Amino acid sequence: MDDLWNYLISRPTDAGWLNWLIPTVLQTVTLMVVLLVALAFILLFDRKVWAAVQMRKGPNVVGAFGLLQSFADFLKFVFKEIVIPAGADRTVFILAPLISFMLAFIAWAVVPVGPGMVVSDINVGILYLFAVSSLGVYGIIMGGWASNSKYPFLGSLRSAAQMVSYEVSLGFVIITVLLLVGSVNMTEIVESQDRGMGILNWHFIPLFPMFVVFFISALAETNRPPFDLPEAESELVAGYQVEYSSTPYLLFMIGEYLNIVLMCALLTILFFGGWHSPIDVYPLNAPWLALLWFGLKVIFFFFLFAMVKAIVPRYRFDQLMRIGWKIFLPLSLAYVVLVAGMLLLFPDLAGHFQSWRS
Amino acid sequence: MATADFLLDYLPIIIFLGLAFVIGVGFLAIPALVAPSDPDPEKVSAYECGFNAFDDARMKFDVQFYIVAILFIIVDLDVAFLFPWAVTLFNPELGVDRGFQVFSFWSMFVFIAVFAIGFVYEWKKGALEWR
Repeated sequence: MDDLWNYLISRPTDAGWLNWLIPTVLQTVTLMVVLLVALAFILLFDRKVWAAVQMRKGPNVVGAFGLLQSFADFLKFVFKEIVIPAGADRTVFILAPLISFMLAFIAWAVVPVGPGMVVSDINVGILYLFAVSSLGVYGIIMGGWASNSKYPFLGSLRSAAQMVSYEVSLGFVIITVLLLVGSVNMTEIVESQDRGMGILNWHFIPLFPMFVVFFISALAETNRPPFDLPEAESELVAGYQVEYSSTPYLLFMIGEYLNIVLMCALLTILFFGGWHSPIDVYPLNAPWLALLWFGLKVIFFFFLFAMVKAIVPRYRFDQLMRIGWKIFLPLSLAYVVLVAGMLLLFPDLAGHFQSWRS
Repeated sequence: MATADFLLDYLPIIIFLGLAFVIGVGFLAIPALVAPSDPDPEKVSAYECGFNAFDDARMKFDVQFYIVAILFIIVDLDVAFLFPWAVTLFNPELGVDRGFQVFSFWSMFVFIAVFAIGFVYEWKKGALEWR
């Protein structure tokens, strides 16, 4: 059993290409299947939280407590007709959801979910994530343009402007974390928060304002309420998704939720110690609990996302752009200078944050 | 073979991309096989609150969207410049001495100050206002 596990988790580069390829493909497929199945329950969780805040029961008919609701929805999507508007550019129209889905998916290739449990441990991990999430705009703008309809067009323009604006402050927040870590590798970012004191070593304590900025920017970046202006149903019907039906719509939906969960995972990795236990004592920090801690933290952040969706009213577009450019950008820029200055002024402090290396 | 090992790290991403493509195309293909396909002129017309579309939807739009896109490129490039600086500045394994750290900090400070001046200019010019 242990041998099999070790075979699956390690990818020897010197034992023939087949011994490398099989574990890699198995890891990839496992991550994808787990993500898609988890997503089905996360969608249900989202709806349940939303319902609970409004004192409703939420989906409760399909399966016990509505557990199978998402699978029923999936079947419904599959059996619907794909309607392609007459004026649409057919190729781009079909390509847009596919691109959105693929980009949301491949970002997960570099996310470490446990010690050594990452499909591709590249040494520019966070830079890669930054690049892929920038590309995410393409799927949406292609969808809006290809539909050749006014609501999707306006929705995609808004969405592009919004995602692009918040990308900027996300970038500066990541810089502040990198100053403390000194590495762009995702695994090392997690390891750097394991200096023997559990939760007290996590980066959200020295970088608390940046954690808040990151959280709010993540909401805007993924078009979540209160920043869901691209699909504000009271003004744009459903934004760039108006003309989509059946599985193309489903792909947009999956892409959106994958991005949301990715943002939760990023919050966990950058600020909340990844797979590490909050209390660094033996039974809690056992290696086989790592996945559980990671999952719990991601679910916790998703719960916050769902609560925000349930209780906060929608922003106006000019307010949204104002808070992104005029508040978050100067704030995060100032914090970059502050963190760098503090670390430069007090070499002991820098040594304290870098002590995970030894 | 350090070069090959380093590039091998990226191969799983290609595999991941391939599998994501297969799943995505699979999702798109299933309804083509099992779902009805019965288009009629009303169904395939663009949605516009019950009217027929007045004109082509790819119309003129607010120049502000262009301005935001341009500002994004400038600021995002600045962030890209900060990445290598942030990673190397306090990394003890690289053996950067104190004098170089101070020099590096102040040179980046000048860079950020230039950026900040540009940012204030944009702000005063009203490039960040939505009308």
